[in-house]
Amino acid sequence: MSMKISGTEISGKATEMTGAEILVKCLAAEGVECVFGYPGGAVLFIYDELFKQDKVRHVLVRHEQAAAHAADAYSRASRKIGVCLVTSGPGVTNAVTGIATAYMDSVPMVILSGQVPTHAIGQDAFQEVDAVGITRPCVKHNFLVKDVRDLAVTIKKAFQIAQSGRPGPVLVDIPKDVTAARCAFQYPESVPLRSYNPVVKGHLGQIKKAMQLLVEAKRPMVYTGGGVILSDASELLIKLVKSLGYPCTNTLMGLGAFPATDRQFLGMLGMHGTYEANMAMQHCDVLLAVGARFDDRVIGNPAHFGQVPRKIIHIDVDPSSISKRVKVDVPIVGHVPDVLEELLKQVEPNLARVDRAALDAWWAQIELWRGRDCLRYDRASPIIKPQMVVEKLYELTKGDAFITSDVGQHQMWAAQFYKFDKPRRWINSGGLGTMGVGLPYAMGVQLANPGATVACVTGEASFMMCIQELSTCKQYRLPLKIVLLNNRYMGMVRQWQQFFHGNRYSQSYMDALPDFVKLAESFGHVGMRIEKPGDVEGALREAFARKNDLVFLDFLTDQTENVYPMVPGGKGLSEMILSEEL
Amino acid sequence: MNAPSPYALPVTESKAMRHIISILLENESGALSRVSGLFSARGYNIESLTVAPTEDPSLSRMTIVTTGSDDVIEQITKQLNKLVDVVKLVDLAEAPHIERELMLIKVRASGKEREEMKRMADIFRGRIIDVTEGTYTIELTGDGQKLDAFIEALDKASILETVRTGASGIARGERVLRV
Repeated sequence: MSMKISGTEISGKATEMTGAEILVKCLAAEGVECVFGYPGGAVLFIYDELFKQDKVRHVLVRHEQAAAHAADAYSRASRKIGVCLVTSGPGVTNAVTGIATAYMDSVPMVILSGQVPTHAIGQDAFQEVDAVGITRPCVKHNFLVKDVRDLAVTIKKAFQIAQSGRPGPVLVDIPKDVTAARCAFQYPESVPLRSYNPVVKGHLGQIKKAMQLLVEAKRPMVYTGGGVILSDASELLIKLVKSLGYPCTNTLMGLGAFPATDRQFLGMLGMHGTYEANMAMQHCDVLLAVGARFDDRVIGNPAHFGQVPRKIIHIDVDPSSISKRVKVDVPIVGHVPDVLEELLKQVEPNLARVDRAALDAWWAQIELWRGRDCLRYDRASPIIKPQMVVEKLYELTKGDAFITSDVGQHQMWAAQFYKFDKPRRWINSGGLGTMGVGLPYAMGVQLANPGATVACVTGEASFMMCIQELSTCKQYRLPLKIVLLNNRYMGMVRQWQQFFHGNRYSQSYMDALPDFVKLAESFGHVGMRIEKPGDVEGALREAFARKNDLVFLDFLTDQTENVYPMVPGGKGLSEMILSEEL
Repeated sequence: MNAPSPYALPVTESKAMRHIISILLENESGALSRVSGLFSARGYNIESLTVAPTEDPSLSRMTIVTTGSDDVIEQITKQLNKLVDVVKLVDLAEAPHIERELMLIKVRASGKEREEMKRMADIFRGRIIDVTEGTYTIELTGDGQKLDAFIEALDKASILETVRTGASGIARGERVLRV
């Protein structure tokens, strides 16, 4: 590597260390407190070094996929960065789902993978796989370290790249002989990268134009995504939206950026967004999009979305997210907090120009839409309604818990019914939609936030995908609360089959399920089964009273309940199926 | 459902045009696969791709010829810029530029064909760089159309083998692509 490290010339006096020692020292220097991993042949020297120190804690998972998911959630639920360590071959292929999940949601993460010794690369050696090749399409960047002298610089680069610009996972593949070889060690403060300079400040002219559009709007709308959470811009967003008095919606990834209990919040938008959020999104005349990417689950059919003329302002750190699916009028490339700060400076002097009468009329229209009460469900049902469980969970935890979810109906109900007032509290797989993330996510969240209340809202199909991690939870005494909405179906698949495939429930029924109570108990946890609506609250209360136990709550819920509203695939945002129409 | 796929890009009015994108990228192992992988993963066309180190051995210069609507080309350049190994790039088609491609072509050349083949190579300012009793190998440089025209001008049956490098391009005048 020809990279020059300015001002950090490796001095001759630095002590010689092995690659493994250097790696662990690098992690400590980065302030990494926790590494999720699973040992194996290619990483034995690294594990030996981990054994000899106590700065970096290693959390042993039961499958490498969970290591990647837990590290991912550790990042999402804190401002620290998640790190995972896996061995070569199957170790890294197992982690790929977790890496791709983090990549789709732009989560910073560093993956350290072992590799066969450099002389064996390309020889089809035992547990050899082209890790850099396999992960290339699902990482922000990756490296193969062929020389121990490049190790420290590469680790620095990995942490730098993962956390800056649009964040993402970075993988460093380290051959076994590199971990054994010795060289002098000095950790660089930073490594300048001539080919990588993410934009920070937004273009002032564009920001002025944006403010102009915003104050002249008759039907304004603010739509924000995961970018606001990832860049910790929530406070600035709240200030901006509050001072303008405009309606605000969040994407699935953006929930918590704007307080859900605030009157100006219209709920989540998109395929399972609220009626009012989707209608306002469709009919607004000026749209401010912040750290969001107009994906297919958010705006549905872009051609339909484009039928209503509106001006769009789009703030994003990634230029390739702008004008990708929807043409934008005022693109602003920059770090979200920096751009919002600039915008805020210009709000005060321009506030008088806002057309209050038009805004009032717009709010009156929105209130009519809100009056549809699109999330209502049968509260008198004799069978447990999944929505009710989430509502009770919200009430009991006073909206203050960290909630993780898997993927499917339960995920949507959690997003709709748990009102997130703070960022980084709602942890789920939005982009990739990875079933199985819920439990490892909860582990990562709990380890990043010791003492916090962490609940995993899940479904029986998703949960079975990473169920082995109940063992990890026991080992590290993670007092998670598992809220299983058990409908004996892959509920979302069943819902699509009901709507679009003539009720042919092909392979979506979960047969031969385990007794989850006994299963939880066999792992050393507490298990409860709840079958009646009247028992829901008591069970949750008891579970949360058990501060030191993992409690597995198996709620037998209505098998036929569907998630509403729903924008069918390929349809426009305002073409929702609402519950009363069926 | 007959609805368009939610994954499809909006139908755009602008029609697909040929673009020639010049890229300076880190001369690192794997950099080429990042670029080619990006094109296959996102469904972009590559008509030709050439790459070699520059006068600064830490940098490679790559030329990609691709076709796409304005929207697609905009995405291609943005996505390429996002690659950590890409230092700089320019769409040469945006301004006057020069393109050259090298072709080596082996043709049958015996008897009276021999003189005719020599004349044809001269007309196109090609050079005969290898000779056997029955064949010529001709080196020809120019833009893609010139090379096509040369092939067109020959009797198909006389062509034994062709090798083309794909286009390399450079901007006209003072414009330069460098770090």
